[in-house]
Amino acid sequence: MAKMKKNETSTVRQSKHSGLLTLFFTILSIAWIAPILVVLLNSFKRKAYIFRNPFGISAASLSDGFDRWKLGIHKAMCGLLNYSNGLKQTDFFKCFGLSLFITVGSVVAIILFCSMTAWYLTRVHTVVSKTIYVLCLFSMIVPFQMVMFTLSKFANILHLATPWGIIVVYLGFGAGLAVFMFSGFIRSISLEIEEAAFIDGCTPLQTFFQIIFPILKPTTVTIAILEAMWVWNDYLLPSLVLNINKYKTIPIAVQYLKQSHGQLDWGAMMAVLVLAIVPIIIFYLACQKYIIEGVVAGAVKG
Amino acid sequence: MEKSIRKYFPVFVLPTLIAFTIGFIVPFLYGIFLSFCKFTTVTDWKWTGIQNYTRIFFVNGKLDTTFLHSLWYTALFTIVSMIVINVLAFAIAMLLTKGIRGTNLFRTVFFMPNLIGGIVLSYIWLMIFNAVLQNFSKTIVSTQWYAFWGMIIVVCWQQIGYMMIIYIAGINNISGDILEAAQIDGANSWQRLKYVVLPSLMPTIGTCTFLTLTNGFKLFDQNLALTGGNPGKMSQLLALNIYDTMYGTTGWQGVGQAKAVIFFILVAVLALIQNKLTSSKEA
Repeated sequence: MAKMKKNETSTVRQSKHSGLLTLFFTILSIAWIAPILVVLLNSFKRKAYIFRNPFGISAASLSDGFDRWKLGIHKAMCGLLNYSNGLKQTDFFKCFGLSLFITVGSVVAIILFCSMTAWYLTRVHTVVSKTIYVLCLFSMIVPFQMVMFTLSKFANILHLATPWGIIVVYLGFGAGLAVFMFSGFIRSISLEIEEAAFIDGCTPLQTFFQIIFPILKPTTVTIAILEAMWVWNDYLLPSLVLNINKYKTIPIAVQYLKQSHGQLDWGAMMAVLVLAIVPIIIFYLACQKYIIEGVVAGAVKG
Repeated sequence: MEKSIRKYFPVFVLPTLIAFTIGFIVPFLYGIFLSFCKFTTVTDWKWTGIQNYTRIFFVNGKLDTTFLHSLWYTALFTIVSMIVINVLAFAIAMLLTKGIRGTNLFRTVFFMPNLIGGIVLSYIWLMIFNAVLQNFSKTIVSTQWYAFWGMIIVVCWQQIGYMMIIYIAGINNISGDILEAAQIDGANSWQRLKYVVLPSLMPTIGTCTFLTLTNGFKLFDQNLALTGGNPGKMSQLLALNIYDTMYGTTGWQGVGQAKAVIFFILVAVLALIQNKLTSSKEA
């Protein structure tokens, strides 16, 4: 009886706490996205007023009287002017298309070729396959700075400095993680299924694509998410490998907005940042479940 | 079966192997070789022995502390960011596993910055930092310490959500029975945290500290976009220091490559230590 009473009070206390916690996290969440909201607000503001009144919407302050404050809004805000400037200065839609092409291409190539390689390396026990597997593991701990100079020069020599070519580079540099994760999963698949397929007369290619590849789906999703996050946001590799004057991905366009125009146009920058963030947020909200599960699975295995 | 698969080497392995050779094996080996040469591109090398390595520390017979400064600045940055991110991510994860209302929404919000890349992220914060600091007639690159804490804030914003997700998964994996048993035995919430939750979370903590450690040590984009190494190379982390040496001044590519080799060795040692620690705990 006494114990039950104690339990009751503790539930009551917990629910009181939980209300407070919800309030606390609501405030914290708003603070968490505040930087994005500030950028969104400033993307509609004339560039001269961005730093004069970064967190307000008017050129005048409320202490000058409400009417002047209201007039000040018109003075400070410039509608979509920053957006048209930003789009022009960065050629944003072209950059977006290029980023999308490189990301999708690289992820598809990595998933397809690395899953095949991982299956072969797991099923065939030779010195060669063991060596390749160990090299893949090794490549995971090598920082990009170690290879950046030689890699970009070789890519140039081999004519890989194009959107198609950089997919080969991403496949090469991203192979380590993908082969490692696929191999881990393939080892847990029972051999009997494959043996049955072989007895029924399937070739290795048929066995892989009709039986193994569908089973790999959870790992495929994880790897696709991890690699897509990497390629989409990568700055250094494409900036060194690609011909920058011709091909700019979104991170490169943002960085060059600063470097190429002397005085940085903060208005255009705000607009471009919003344009860069919006697709990511839409993608995130649409695939949230997979992204979060993928991150957990990737961290546990990696 | 193995035999019939083996014949398919050209189909299954060769495409990856070719890309892997171009994208990793050859650049890596050639990179080590070039660190002992003077060169401006990959074809005009001249063997110079360990001269590049000595030029990292001594220029014209005088000690050059740029690299050493960058080394300890990076070490400090890595340790501080690792501690702050993990403590905050763990605290948020603990509170978000209590089953309060809105948990999913909060989780979504905290994780979101992680998807925004380092360059874009840094310009968001550059605007905010300078907007706030202008009231004190300062900028984010006024001193190396403004730059330091600016970068800490940026990586926290980016990575806390990521680590939080991993911690939440770890906490949800702890069996409720053990926690209940501890509660019945009279353990208060602090004791439960110390004797039940933390020990069962050791693998998760290992993963998260390792991830934050390597992320901090290899940080580049945020450093480039937020501070550019200013003021006067004082806020250069190792990765940016190597980049700056390699592409900033002609004739120094070899020294940059030698720095990259040292950088690689440091990262590899960190990874090996981590590997030892986790495998010894699991054993």
